[in-house]
Amino acid sequence: MTQELITTLVKITLWLVVLLTTVPVMVWVERRASAFIQDRRGPNRVGPLGLVQPLADALKFIFKEDITPTAADRPLYLLAPLLAVLPALTTFALIPFGPDVVIDGRTVPLIVADVETGVLLLLALASLGVYSLVMAGYSSNNKYSLFGGIRASSQMISYELALTLAVLAALIPVGSFRLDEVVLYQQGTWLGFLPRWNVFPQFIGFMVFLIAAFAETNRVPFDLPEADSELVAGYHTEYSSMKFALFFMGEYMSMATLSALAATLYFGGWHLPGVRFSDTWYWALAQGFGILLMKVALFLLFFVWVRWSFPRFRFDQLMRLGWKVLLPVGIFNLVLVAAMTLAGWL
Amino acid sequence: MEIGVFLLFALLAVTSALVVVVHRNPVYSVMSLVVTLVSTAVLFVMLGAPFLAALQVLVYTGAILVLFLFVIMLLNIERETQRTNGGWFKKLAALISAAIFVAIVGSISLQAYTGRFLEALTPESVAIEPLARELFSTYLLPFEIIGLLLLAAVVGATVLARKQDAVSPEKER
Repeated sequence: MTQELITTLVKITLWLVVLLTTVPVMVWVERRASAFIQDRRGPNRVGPLGLVQPLADALKFIFKEDITPTAADRPLYLLAPLLAVLPALTTFALIPFGPDVVIDGRTVPLIVADVETGVLLLLALASLGVYSLVMAGYSSNNKYSLFGGIRASSQMISYELALTLAVLAALIPVGSFRLDEVVLYQQGTWLGFLPRWNVFPQFIGFMVFLIAAFAETNRVPFDLPEADSELVAGYHTEYSSMKFALFFMGEYMSMATLSALAATLYFGGWHLPGVRFSDTWYWALAQGFGILLMKVALFLLFFVWVRWSFPRFRFDQLMRLGWKVLLPVGIFNLVLVAAMTLAGWL
Repeated sequence: MEIGVFLLFALLAVTSALVVVVHRNPVYSVMSLVVTLVSTAVLFVMLGAPFLAALQVLVYTGAILVLFLFVIMLLNIERETQRTNGGWFKKLAALISAAIFVAIVGSISLQAYTGRFLEALTPESVAIEPLARELFSTYLLPFEIIGLLLLAAVVGATVLARKQDAVSPEKER
């Protein structure tokens, strides 16, 4: 019992450290990459290559004045930033990050919560994220914030459907909601060289997932809830100091967890063909976690790349894309994958 | 430990359900409904039905309540400034709700008194696979009928929401 508790706590701590470190690293990557894409230099004064810049940013956040507008709805106004980080800090529990390892004769699965409902619970927790934006938009008592909140709610509901359809299609050949089984299913290769990753037979589903993931994390080209040029800063217009920073952290951490989900569903998760996992548990852990993080990092880079390459959608275009393109394509993909599974091709 | 968790979430569910009814600000009502549904989902997990819990959070709190909130915010409903006494409709609604409440509590206490309980569902029978098997074999017809009903509702809502002389946004511009 106590041993189990300790291993679980260690696993949780590991993920939390990684997730919380992602934020400053991503801030640096975002700023440097945007500079590179726009042919600028970017932050390069604080530390070598500007690497200490996120620390300076964090200090600035902490020392800024923390303002609560007098007309704000105080309880909801204070709750919203906390809820922004909550889904990101809970969903990682359902993502496997290595093979089962044996520690002192006990088998320990390298996943925090190994439950039957797996990815369904992950989606459920992730879907709570919208409340933070809506609450922030409503409680700030500012028309721009309210617009941001309303946009966030309609956008996230619309794209959640497409996202869920894509995820379901990825689960069909596996026949389980458990993400660790999804990873095990994707082991091995086709024709000796092509990894058995879901992305190859389900490329349509992957594209739907990817586009919906951008909308769910409110990233460009779907950052309409905070569209700077129309709504000042959208739902977090009235937030300052660390409260604003929490929204910021929530966005980056949701990106990280959705990237981990994408890597797990479509790119073999912690598994890489040709990698033999060590028998020593800490090496196996390092290998599994390392491979997963590498894939996550590639996805995060992609998020940044897209942000600085594409203009923002208009809201009616966003809705049309969600309901008239992604949803039918998602349903088509679901039927296609089901048929392929029945035919025994997958 | 288990009874502590149960008490915490049962109390949370009941108090937040009360807040839903009593609070004058509709936004707060929706928010407390979120708390109610999440805490009942926790109770479902404790009863051995994690699938039901996940679905409840995913469908109700994740989608339907967001729509509630969306509509409330869009219509910009102000908080009630003074307590209205309500018409006959409100009294009728209160009467019906009270009758349902008494019926549920009564039937449960009657079962407890006579010692004859309805056959309880086991965690095995509500696990994903057996549940799916039942849905798509024994209960296939009701399942399909519900699906059709929902489809009809979607079509109906679309027809009602569409304006007669609807102009698409492209033509408008």
